[in-house]
Amino acid sequence: MPGFLKKSWRVLDDRLGISKNVMPILRHRVPPRASWWYVFGSATLFVFILQVVTGTVLATIYVPSTQSAYESMNFITHSAFLGSLLRGLHFWGAGAMVLLIGIHSIRVYLMAAYKYPREANWLTGSLLMVLTLGMGFSGQLLPWDQNAIWSVIVGAEQAAKVPYIGRALAKWILGGPTLGGLTLSRFYAAHVFFFPGLIFVLLGVHLYLVLHHGISEPPRAGHPVDPKTYRDSYANLIRTKGVPFWPDAAWRDVTFSFICVVTIFLLALFVGPPPLSKVPDPTIIQASPQPYWYFLWFFALLATAPHGGETLFIIATPAVYFLVMFVLPFIANKGERSARRRPWAIGLVIMSVIIIGVFWWKAKLHPWVPAFDAEKLPASVVRSNDPAVRRGALLFNERGCEFCHKISGFGGERGPELSDVGDRLTREQMTRFIMAGGYNMPPFASVLSADDMKNILAFLSSRRVPGGSPSARSAK
Amino acid sequence: MTQTERKSEPSVILQLRRDLLAGFSVLLGLAGAALIGAPVIGFLLAPFVRGKPRVWRAVGRVDQFKIGDTVQVTFENANPLPWDGFLRNTSAWLRQESQGHFVAYSINCTHLGCPVRWEPGAQLFLCPCHGGVYSRDGQVAAGPPPRALVQYPVRVQNGLVEIQTTPIPLV
Repeated sequence: MPGFLKKSWRVLDDRLGISKNVMPILRHRVPPRASWWYVFGSATLFVFILQVVTGTVLATIYVPSTQSAYESMNFITHSAFLGSLLRGLHFWGAGAMVLLIGIHSIRVYLMAAYKYPREANWLTGSLLMVLTLGMGFSGQLLPWDQNAIWSVIVGAEQAAKVPYIGRALAKWILGGPTLGGLTLSRFYAAHVFFFPGLIFVLLGVHLYLVLHHGISEPPRAGHPVDPKTYRDSYANLIRTKGVPFWPDAAWRDVTFSFICVVTIFLLALFVGPPPLSKVPDPTIIQASPQPYWYFLWFFALLATAPHGGETLFIIATPAVYFLVMFVLPFIANKGERSARRRPWAIGLVIMSVIIIGVFWWKAKLHPWVPAFDAEKLPASVVRSNDPAVRRGALLFNERGCEFCHKISGFGGERGPELSDVGDRLTREQMTRFIMAGGYNMPPFASVLSADDMKNILAFLSSRRVPGGSPSARSAK
Repeated sequence: MTQTERKSEPSVILQLRRDLLAGFSVLLGLAGAALIGAPVIGFLLAPFVRGKPRVWRAVGRVDQFKIGDTVQVTFENANPLPWDGFLRNTSAWLRQESQGHFVAYSINCTHLGCPVRWEPGAQLFLCPCHGGVYSRDGQVAAGPPPRALVQYPVRVQNGLVEIQTTPIPLV
């Protein structure tokens, strides 16, 4: 009965003012060549909506108490109908948010859309980025498993390194002198109430500003921003060449966001959420805490920063980055927008991407984590009948060398591989390393007896490239 | 008074009234916000108000600990909340250096707090997080930790070994 529907729509429209107020906003004019580069902001928004929806739904089962957080998370993951998928959506959505907000800010930066008159857009956006990282960090604690509690302790210890206010800050994060039930509650309140509340408000301001100033036109080399003339030239562009946002530009936003959502869905379905680690008992010493993948690069930075450089790398460098981010619209709000005329901007972005990328790659290999579960070298690797060599191979495992050194595929990667150390170092050189240690190697002088040393040296000297083990050579 | 002056008098008074009402509304709003805001912010600052009690906790009889062995002991924190669950407890590495003399090390690595493991074969404390290594006496042997393992006060009383509870070491 189309007539009846038409009438109902007319009444609804009249009372709600949709055609009068909402549709004009949807159809407001935007620059004509706003292309696929412009889809990242809306993608971030849609993924945020995904997070709110999946998070709210997860909250119908998750219990934020120390007694039940782990168990309820376990239940969601293994027993609740579609629980694993929901957790997966929320986890991969979180990663997508961090990635997308990074890409969006890079795009805005490279197109200098932070310049006049959109400085406030940039500032609200920067705050939104900080809050997004806060959501990513606070969310990791909520499963309340072993990985979660140690990650928060590491986070609090990093905060403690801030000059002057560090210890107070760390204590405030933990909710007391030590990690406890209060920590979980404050992180839950932050993750579910404080941060989202602030995000909603800032998002509202951010979107209002986008509508107020209009979407920035693609920059052109030779057309710098001049506050005296910009507003007029922009209004002119929109009037003469503008296209309606819906659907001329919006269809790209919807398409890309759809791709993002499908990707998140497939990852949630086929890879799933991160498995829960052990129960959050701080007296279980066997722990190897790791942040979620979007913070792994920072994890690598913490492990490889030069000794004594913690305050510089953990606190000062990110602080400078954020300071520059917030100060940017105050110091650079005029002039050329095109990246072609801004080589420093391109350089900064490339440098940042490379730095983060390299740390991510390094973290994936995690070469600094000792191989605590390294197995004793089998006979096929030792390849010797010499009792000294065999005893040395045993000591190589028992004295902890294998935690950090690899031989023929067995062992850790903290230190250099020793599969062919017999070719590279003399016994004197080996003795010096073992006795006195090195930059990242502890000294073993007080741990090894003279007999131990003799056997270990025999073993290490026998480590040579294939072509002759000592026993084969001596047999000849 | 002229005609114009009489006409403008009510406008001036009207404007003054408006200014007064506006100022009154703003002040009242600020006062209300302050009234509620003060206890709200105070509540959030609770972690600084909570006391720092230190209590001695028994971890075993002296004769339970072999001289020279480094073992993990567990004890309850100073004043845990009823719902702290697993986190009511803290662990430490304990060693009887000589008869009746004990030393206790915090399990928290001084780099960023991860739990260090004692490896008896290597006689080293190893941290799984960023490669920190400590020697037997808690001194830094390798890696990023900036200082030696924090030691908890230990005493022997009535044949019992006691460790004093300490807030988590924040270096």
